[in-house]
Amino acid sequence: MKITSQTVEYVAHLARLELSREEIDQYTNQLNSILDYMDALNKLDTHGIETTSHAMPLRCVLRDDDVKDSFTVEESTKNAPEVIGSFFKVPPIIEVEE
Amino acid sequence: MEDLLKLNIIELSKLFEKREITSMELTGFYLERIKRYDQEIQSYLKITEDKALDMAKKADKNIQNGEAGRLEGIPFGIKDILCTKDMETTCASKILKGFIAPYDATVIKKLNVDGYVHLGRLNMDEFAMGSSTENSAYQATKNPWSLDRIPGGSSGGSAAATVAGLCVASLGTDTGGSIRQPASLCGVVGMKPTYGRVSRYGLVAFASSLDQIGPITRNVTDCAVVMNVIAGYDHMDSTSIPHPVPDFTEMLGRDIKGMRIGIPKEYFIEGIEQDVNQSIKETLLLLEKNGASIVDISLPHTEYAVATYYIICTAEASSNLARYDGVKYGLRVQGKDIIEMYKKTRLAGFGKEVKRRIILGTYVLSSGYYDAYYRKASQVRTLIRRDFEEAFKKCHVIATPVSPTTAFKIGEKTDDPLQMYLSDIFTIPVNLAGLPAISVPCGFDTLGLPIGLQIIGQPLDEARILQVAYLVEQEKKLKKIPDRYA
Repeated sequence: MKITSQTVEYVAHLARLELSREEIDQYTNQLNSILDYMDALNKLDTHGIETTSHAMPLRCVLRDDDVKDSFTVEESTKNAPEVIGSFFKVPPIIEVEE
Repeated sequence: MEDLLKLNIIELSKLFEKREITSMELTGFYLERIKRYDQEIQSYLKITEDKALDMAKKADKNIQNGEAGRLEGIPFGIKDILCTKDMETTCASKILKGFIAPYDATVIKKLNVDGYVHLGRLNMDEFAMGSSTENSAYQATKNPWSLDRIPGGSSGGSAAATVAGLCVASLGTDTGGSIRQPASLCGVVGMKPTYGRVSRYGLVAFASSLDQIGPITRNVTDCAVVMNVIAGYDHMDSTSIPHPVPDFTEMLGRDIKGMRIGIPKEYFIEGIEQDVNQSIKETLLLLEKNGASIVDISLPHTEYAVATYYIICTAEASSNLARYDGVKYGLRVQGKDIIEMYKKTRLAGFGKEVKRRIILGTYVLSSGYYDAYYRKASQVRTLIRRDFEEAFKKCHVIATPVSPTTAFKIGEKTDDPLQMYLSDIFTIPVNLAGLPAISVPCGFDTLGLPIGLQIIGQPLDEARILQVAYLVEQEKKLKKIPDRYA
């Protein structure tokens, strides 16, 4: 066993996911078999090997710092579940003492 | 009218030009077919009839004025992961239900400039996570060759609609095989271009270092024509390649004399269905008969690809999907404080496979595990890329099966995620190395289910793999549409 149900619960909290008891147990089993499978990579010596994230050797390019059109406030907020004026409305983050 | 299904885009454009048919008529024909057949196939999440007819009308005007674009009046289906302005774009997820994209993805903008017609939004595995389209939050798409089987995934809606003649062509996306595997299982042509060849701007991100957009079509010519439109540098995507785009139709029909085709021994393993193995071998003989030489090659790190892939893609997914927080767009379920709101929203909005991958990805990125998993996998990715570099010293292209099996039954692999992941064993290494590859139909198994050949090219060598695919298509002359829909 690589991970316990407590680890799955903790990771779910980090990922802001609420899981049922049943899901936690199911995921714990499935993730253990997937992680076991992934252990195969440890057979490889990768000391000193660079990492890859693109097929081509690309350099970062800079663009001119010009002002361009962007979305209006209305366009930016039109999909939001709750909006007040030009702001996204969310539940309390910091409790206010009366 | 059904003869229209056999024509490619270039032939349809000629009919438009000669006024033998209008885009309104062609679009009407496809909308009619969708109404008749999609009840049972379930490939479309939404049909945008009014929009399609508007676009067709405009296309007819452009054709009349001699201002036709390369896709003028051609009806497309679009995978519901590509942002399309003022249209709902859901990724087949409940968390994006009702999300109206405020802008066009670059590929959509390009299709628009060239006059395409938008028929509707195609089904997929939720957030492109899956190999069977069973992970859609809305419906399971059926394989048009056998309705009790899956169409492959994640672009299963795109492949099913294309083969059943419910669009001329479609766009899909491919992170680990999501264009090629459904193309193979449905008997259509599907290309994953070189990473960076097609802009990802406006593609809802799953695993950013692997995702690519590409065409799914009924013939190789259409694949090349659509590639001509969608490929090219885009300053809105920092991974876009600043390299000129050739005419991808130019090599079609050229002979392959002297071409060296590499066959990796690691891809012909136990577990490949007998019929698949035989069909691939016959196709290789056919290529040899046409002047190519077959070269044995080795890709020694193949066995590590699936593990590498599922570390990288889940890690990137867990980060990309953090944006669905019930604040800026999409679903919100109220909670007493913000953390509870996040958790309840994501519980209600995400399906099982998406949650499984977010948890796995969060775990492999979490404190103390980053080096052991994500960094290690990114290094193994280099070894896999180098395997291909070495192999391409001996050959021009590499040929393999797309999938070890033909289309499996609905429900067959849903309880075992690892088995489902292993169905992408031949397509995943290509994404890790960022290479272009195509799936082209090469035969049928004894049940009449399609088999696909994968042709892999060097970076930016899409034209050559299209050339080989075209030859396979012309020599084999396989049935393109199931009888039921022909």
